[in-house]
Amino acid sequence: MKSRVGLDPRHYPTLVTIGLFVLMFGLGSVSFPGFFSIQNFLNLFIDNSYLIIIAVGMTLVIISGGIDLSVGSMLALSTMLSSSLVEKSHWNPALVIVVVLATGVSLGLFMGFLIQTFDLPPFIVTLAGLYLARGLCYVISLFTIGIQNGFWQNMAHAQINLIGDNFISPSVVIAVVMLLAGMFISRSTKFGRTVYAIGGNEQSAILMGLPVARTKILLYAFSGFCAALAGIVFTFYTLSGYALNGQGMELDTIACVVIGGTLLTGGVGSVLGTLFGVFIYGTIQVLIVFQGTLNSWWTRIAIGFLVFVFCVLQRIFDRNRGGKEKKGETSSKAEGLQAAG
Amino acid sequence: MAWWRSISSKKFFWPFIALLFLLVFNLFFTPHFFRVEVKEGHLYGNVIDILKNGAPIMILAIGLTLVIATKGIDISVGSVVAVSAGVVAMLIGGDLHGVPKNPIWYAMVVAVLVCIAAGLWNGMLVSRIGMQPIIATLILFVAGRGIAMVTTNAMVVWLYAKPFALLGQGYVFGLPFSIYIVVVLLIITTLFTRRTAMGMFIEAVGINPKAARFAGINAKNILLGVYAFSGFCAGISGLVVCSTVMSADGNNAGLGYELDAILAVVLGGTSLNGGKYYLVGSIIGALIVETLTTTIYAFGVPPEISRVVKAIVVWGMCLLQSSKFRSMIAGAFTKKELSV
Repeated sequence: MKSRVGLDPRHYPTLVTIGLFVLMFGLGSVSFPGFFSIQNFLNLFIDNSYLIIIAVGMTLVIISGGIDLSVGSMLALSTMLSSSLVEKSHWNPALVIVVVLATGVSLGLFMGFLIQTFDLPPFIVTLAGLYLARGLCYVISLFTIGIQNGFWQNMAHAQINLIGDNFISPSVVIAVVMLLAGMFISRSTKFGRTVYAIGGNEQSAILMGLPVARTKILLYAFSGFCAALAGIVFTFYTLSGYALNGQGMELDTIACVVIGGTLLTGGVGSVLGTLFGVFIYGTIQVLIVFQGTLNSWWTRIAIGFLVFVFCVLQRIFDRNRGGKEKKGETSSKAEGLQAAG
Repeated sequence: MAWWRSISSKKFFWPFIALLFLLVFNLFFTPHFFRVEVKEGHLYGNVIDILKNGAPIMILAIGLTLVIATKGIDISVGSVVAVSAGVVAMLIGGDLHGVPKNPIWYAMVVAVLVCIAAGLWNGMLVSRIGMQPIIATLILFVAGRGIAMVTTNAMVVWLYAKPFALLGQGYVFGLPFSIYIVVVLLIITTLFTRRTAMGMFIEAVGINPKAARFAGINAKNILLGVYAFSGFCAGISGLVVCSTVMSADGNNAGLGYELDAILAVVLGGTSLNGGKYYLVGSIIGALIVETLTTTIYAFGVPPEISRVVKAIVVWGMCLLQSSKFRSMIAGAFTKKELSV
């Protein structure tokens, strides 16, 4: 009997993630005076809003069993496009945002089209997308472009006051909206359920008559949209565009998604878990800042270690569930069929 | 046209044609591309540069080919290159008079052993814990750079020990020394996998691990072995990289190499779905990547923009290798013939 509170074994990794976040935040609060405050918690949102937005798209792509390596450089391209269009071409900010988002969507659509139509591995296709977007950044400019535009300045400095002295930035609102949208899409829409079905077993999804081709292409378009939006949010944060922005961010994002309990084999995962994955990532950085003596590259070792722990945990849960072995077998069979066909 | 079909169905045919196309293009459009000069007893020229600059990627590609043949992937190689460079640099030491702290051979052996250990770690995660290869190696990809920074105390270490420079900058019989490393490694790997049943075991594991196990192959140890070998190759590659610039930079050594090396393997005809692998194809793939970069430089395009061209070439190559795309093209042609 499954209870409705969500004690499905599939939710254990997410629960572990949430528990770990609470533990880390608690440890920080006990060890460092001034660590525990609502504002410090809100800062996790403020400092990682772009990461949350990218991770929402990445979570859905990974649930479908794919991967999108282009997001980091798409973010950079988005910062370059918006800063150059606003500062050099003096376009209207609204128009700039529309153009930037459209660029992200079209690159995603194109990659999704290649992956689906020609049966190419997502890893390689989006890897080329990574090269392309990064290269296009340099076509726009080799240097940093600062943004003086009024709208951007307002967005960067605006504070939305909450209870007491606590505040959030407009970027947080965008991130939360995207997060809710991601949760809604994955749980309550036909599109979202199809994504899970594809990740579970693509062959079965096709046989069930689900619109697999359309869903897969749209999925990469959605990820491209998220990356482009994250780029715009990133410019609110830095008020500049630079071609080297977001280097390696694709793998940081994947790490957050994995820590959040999403399986890279596809079919299992949640957007909410990813949020806590990002929180853990952010908390490690804050802890290292508070600790003071450690250099920032310890973040990377800590993240690597956490990914390791979570992967081992996932394997243990899988073994206890017992069903995983069978599932792996059928999906590899399905792949075999595809390869043969 | 039976001969055409038999040649064009060979896996290394398409990458070879791509490389040939690039070279012919250069013959006509890049002046002096094939000119090789002799200076101080060494050969100089674009072609030699391609061999020399491509060597680290070629070494990585040899190790990665075997990993990819088992349906795995190793994205940690770039970080392991940084670790190898860091370890060897710390053991040799940055003495200004070029007096090494430890014997150079000792430093090199230790660095490669550390990298083999890194490969074994990847192999353990994949074969014993059963993690997905991309995620198992993601761990070292992320943590490896941190480890490299720890070994070098987050500083760029400059080396002045002359003999160590041979590896990346030296010339033997007029050719760069690093290219001999590639050739020796390629020959040993080919002999070891093709003259023994090892190659077939690796392919069997890639095609169907379960069937391979039923056939009596110890799939787990084969997996462990290929990841350790990939770590070994990354270690050697790291030594060459470190010796070429005579410094170890934990942040930038080997940055993005994993992607270039995977690209080389895929261009060479080895499928990411595992199974058949082509060591020579991977070397040709690495040559394509390096020739492309050199061509772009020769045209005076800023090096950063070369990535746009690289991306378009990758997509093009992927399409050429996609059987769906080929049948689509073939279908278009036959239709035309029918209508005429």
